Amino acid sequence: MGDFRDWLLTDSTDSVILKHVAAGITPEMAAAVCKLMRNQDLILVAKKCQVITTFRDTIGLPGRLSVRLQPNHPTDDACGIAASILDGLLYGSGDAVIGINPASDSLSAMRDLYYLVDEIIQRYDIPTQSCILTHVTNQIQLIEKNIPVDLVFQSIAGTEKANKHFGIDLSLLHEARSAALSLNRGTVGNNVMYFETGQGSALSADANFGIDQQTCEARAYAVARHFSPLLTNTVVGFIGPEYLYDGKQLIRAGLEDHFCGKLLGVPLGCDVCYTNHAEIDQDDVDTLMTLLAAAGVTFIMGVPRADDIMLNYQSTSFYDALYLRKVMGLDVAPEFEQWLKRVNIMNDQGKIQPVEPAHPLLQGIPEHLLNFKTPNEKA
Amino acid sequence: MRKLDKPILRRDPWQQLKRFTRARIALGRAGSSLPTKELLDFTLSHAMARDAVHLALNVAALARELEGQEFSIQLVHSKAPDRMSYLLRPDYGRQLNKQSRRQLQAIKPVIPSGAVNLVIVVGDGLSSLAIERHAKPLLIEIKKNIPEQWKLDPVVIASQARVALADEIGELLAADIVAILIGERPGLRSPDSLSIYMTYAPKVGCSDADRNCISNICSEGLSYDTAANKLLWLAKEAIRRKLSGVALKDEGSMQEIAIIDQHRKLL
Repeated sequence: MGDFRDWLLTDSTDSVILKHVAAGITPEMAAAVCKLMRNQDLILVAKKCQVITTFRDTIGLPGRLSVRLQPNHPTDDACGIAASILDGLLYGSGDAVIGINPASDSLSAMRDLYYLVDEIIQRYDIPTQSCILTHVTNQIQLIEKNIPVDLVFQSIAGTEKANKHFGIDLSLLHEARSAALSLNRGTVGNNVMYFETGQGSALSADANFGIDQQTCEARAYAVARHFSPLLTNTVVGFIGPEYLYDGKQLIRAGLEDHFCGKLLGVPLGCDVCYTNHAEIDQDDVDTLMTLLAAAGVTFIMGVPRADDIMLNYQSTSFYDALYLRKVMGLDVAPEFEQWLKRVNIMNDQGKIQPVEPAHPLLQGIPEHLLNFKTPNEKA
Repeated sequence: MRKLDKPILRRDPWQQLKRFTRARIALGRAGSSLPTKELLDFTLSHAMARDAVHLALNVAALARELEGQEFSIQLVHSKAPDRMSYLLRPDYGRQLNKQSRRQLQAIKPVIPSGAVNLVIVVGDGLSSLAIERHAKPLLIEIKKNIPEQWKLDPVVIASQARVALADEIGELLAADIVAILIGERPGLRSPDSLSIYMTYAPKVGCSDADRNCISNICSEGLSYDTAANKLLWLAKEAIRRKLSGVALKDEGSMQEIAIIDQHRKLL
């Protein structure tokens, strides 16, 4: 295993070779070697791994960092979600996906959200994709009703028992992928899956069989790569301090996850996040997202002020993405970049610029949004 | 200081969208970064949430206040001796320590035939602030609305408690129904939100699927009387149908259940 580490660090082991061997690396090998590596090794090797995927834009090119725009609302209110989407777009976020965690389990509520995001994407001709993070069976049902579903989401884990706990198995994921492909909604490519993972998910479901968190997590990436996802997201600090207690553990876990995912050929992004009962704060988030950007992380989250009002946890913000772009010299996905320039959110030098009130995105806000009156205002 | 020609902060021209969401949008920018006012607001909210997690519940004061309202009180402690082990070992928070177990075993509850034994546990959970602010008024509402033939004592105050601790307490006290009032994991906006988890025929080993939850009880959320009435409605239905949990969803609690499911589903 030590020799494997040495080989990974060798200059002659470049992007082409790593891509070539990725399918032959088992998750157990990735997890084992990552435990021998220092943080800098995890960054150096991950940076050499290139995983490029496509749907309506191209994700994962070198020198690029994408953002999932996460416009959640505690009651799935369409106006509330639309407001957060516009806020994110006007700050240059959303090239990875516009992905909503719905509060409700109701199919009709989710259908409305798909139409809402689809309308925004169509109206402004945005090269990005939508996703509603609900159970895969709900999404299959909606696809069968011909609802505009771009990416199919599912939480996945690294053991069969833990996946059963999520109510899935591999054949169900196959079915979901086929359903999404049948809609043929990609323009640049056909990576139709979006997965989420996180250390501790197997353990918390009593389904880890004595295996350590990191090996279980790497095994989840092995599940992911089987379905050629557009994006895979390790939600690194969500599950709580009993799994990742403090900033040091969070940072290490984030770097290990990213390394293992990339080594296995998975387009790994990271929800750098925490809950308020962990020994973690926004400074730790800054540190980890900066290290991940140095390691070439595929995408991070963009949440208004990093403060998710539906899931009640803290993540990263539109501002954070702009910080990383400035400091690390990272661009958005090329198709999305062209769009941002076309609509004057980005200037010719590639900087996100403040917009005027007359901006088309603001002028184009549907009348019913602007003229909406709350019950109090009506009274 | 000399006046600057240009303002440092750029205001976002979509202020009108703020009315649609509590999400912090249209905050403007300093360069491309978060303005100081918002940064400080965030930091203050986080500090309050951290305090809610780490400040110990003043158990003696709460017991005195509740005894003043004619509740009889038992004080118990989970197996987690302190906050750090509580956070690191959720399993400790789900079991009584030896002394507390013996203490409850020694109580031989007398339940008149036909009476329903509703045991209420007040647990600090992840927000002592929630309990400090809301437990007493909520208990008063419950007592006010409880059917006459139901038994509601003792009320058990549990330190370093997780939800499932109520199963063991309820089992030892021969509860028909146990309901735990517990401090929720504090959000940035709501450091003092309280939840009730109700279980029919509680015993060690009950799962989350056996419980019904009424969440978001706080000044900006559910009121005390609404929460108390929801609990009693669920409790009566549980007695009538001899079950609780996923099989006992009422219209009103669907939303809460969906949100809890969502928390689990993300991972």
